Amino acid sequence: MLLEVQDLHVFYGKIEAIKGISFNVNEGEIVSLIGANGAGKTTTMRTISGVRPVAQGRILFEGQDITNMAPHDRVKLGICQAPEGRGIFPGMTVRENLDMGTYIRGYKSATKAADMEHVISLFPRLGERISQMGGTLSGGEQQMLAIGRALMSRPRLMLLDEPSMGLAPMLIAQIFSIVKQINSEGISVLMVEQNATQALKTAHRGYVLETGYVMKTGTGADLLVDPAVRAAYLGG
Amino acid sequence: MSLTESFRRRTAPQLHVGNKFRSLPKSARWSIGAIIIAACYFTPYWPDVPVLGWIVDTPGTSFENVLTDQIMMFILVALGLNVVVGFAGLLDLGYVGFYAVGAYTTAVMTSGQFSWPWIAAMPLSILMAMIAGVVLGTPTLRLRGDYLAIVTLGFGEIIRITANNSDWLGGPRGINKIARPPSFGPFEFSVLNAKPYWYLGFTVILIVIFVLTRLENSRVGRAWAAVREDEDAAELMGVNTFKFKLWAFAIGAAIGGLAGALYASKVGFVNPDNFQLQLSILFLAAVVLGGTGSMYGVIMGGILVAWIPERFRGFDTRRYFVFGVVLVLVMVFRPQGIIPRRTAAAGISGKEESE
Repeated sequence: MLLEVQDLHVFYGKIEAIKGISFNVNEGEIVSLIGANGAGKTTTMRTISGVRPVAQGRILFEGQDITNMAPHDRVKLGICQAPEGRGIFPGMTVRENLDMGTYIRGYKSATKAADMEHVISLFPRLGERISQMGGTLSGGEQQMLAIGRALMSRPRLMLLDEPSMGLAPMLIAQIFSIVKQINSEGISVLMVEQNATQALKTAHRGYVLETGYVMKTGTGADLLVDPAVRAAYLGG
Repeated sequence: MSLTESFRRRTAPQLHVGNKFRSLPKSARWSIGAIIIAACYFTPYWPDVPVLGWIVDTPGTSFENVLTDQIMMFILVALGLNVVVGFAGLLDLGYVGFYAVGAYTTAVMTSGQFSWPWIAAMPLSILMAMIAGVVLGTPTLRLRGDYLAIVTLGFGEIIRITANNSDWLGGPRGINKIARPPSFGPFEFSVLNAKPYWYLGFTVILIVIFVLTRLENSRVGRAWAAVREDEDAAELMGVNTFKFKLWAFAIGAAIGGLAGALYASKVGFVNPDNFQLQLSILFLAAVVLGGTGSMYGVIMGGILVAWIPERFRGFDTRRYFVFGVVLVLVMVFRPQGIIPRRTAAAGISGKEESE
């Protein structure tokens, strides 16, 4: 098991945002967490990447307890997040943004050129904009850059927070097909999405979150046809 | 098109001077650099040059002393503060505190009971300022933006008030008889001749520029840039943001301490009034005016902030009005600073756009 979350509780001040959820990601899987606003999806992601502290419960990565590990050390283990709202470096060029992805392997990593070529083959658009400032890119391009930058770190597990947020339908389809491609190259993916249909179609397994609890779990295909899930998240 | 807009456009091509310079062959770059450096070593003689002399002249005060007591210090301080504010994006309103720690360390160690030689007091002053940076930074760098600014502002005041109330620091009277740098060969460090201080100070400035350029273009500089752009994203890319913020604070403080130590040994006398809050604000003005994050920009900013009030000393108290007008004009026509950082020149200003 690559990632195992056990009975996780997370607070914002006195408000308990995550009330004891457990889930796991196996090697080579795409797992989706779906749910409405306020279900705790983004909080869960931020807790796994280490930006939010854990009140109770454990997070294991390949059996190692990383519950209290600093975020930058988790990146070294192979957990890399493409943050919600893109979170790219607006004042750096696309190339410099991608360079930051290889930061953990040293500034002059030998494989950097090859990695960059690979990312650009996935997102040709980034190649066209390579010397442009990150902040001047469109929303979709910024999302591609955030995913590309995370890929540059050669993660074992990629965390995608709302990859489709604010994007046109065409782009959404493209992003999800790239997620599948990344996964086929051996990278496990944990994804948080409001676009439940697309997320469940792409994922091997899914978890439905509701106000801090896991309400349901199953394969992506099963959840897609589940009447309760359909009624709540897929528009009947 | 408004007046300011058209002026901005007309001055925009100047931004490419740096790129043109970089595209020259190496031999040409080295010779131009050598000529500029040589010309700067002769700055104390500039008032004797026709035209240039009239421009740089500081009526009523000795240009030499303005150069060493004001301009030199402001260049060093601007370079140091730029590491904190420009490279790492941390707002520090108490930078004068580190300057004071450096100055007082040299003062205490070389005068009175200790009587250390100047050369031994210098490294200790830098080290003490650096320690002050770490001591201040460790608890406070968890804060961000305005909160950090307020805490650092308090720090600057604490140092000054502590000096004012400590007998071993001379209290309000301060400390005098601070050691001068040792004279050697033709360079005699005395009250009457400020030139050797400039030769020493400018050499120190060159060394600081060299070290900071290497740092900026290293993995450390890249980490600072990431922290400045988006601290959370930097952490998610594996940057130990706290460590690098602390380093920026410590290195910035060390340079501030160095400037203070040089100041103390030039003037030979320090008291708490030398380290008013106003100085912190002027330091920050130098950085912002010159171009936050751009080393040659902040040098220009430091020179202007130090020199303008002295150039217009003839205007008596109204010289601060001239100073204010110049500040406003620069901010209207060059809002990113006189020589902006490359990304700022492109019209993207880090955090503002991402929030």
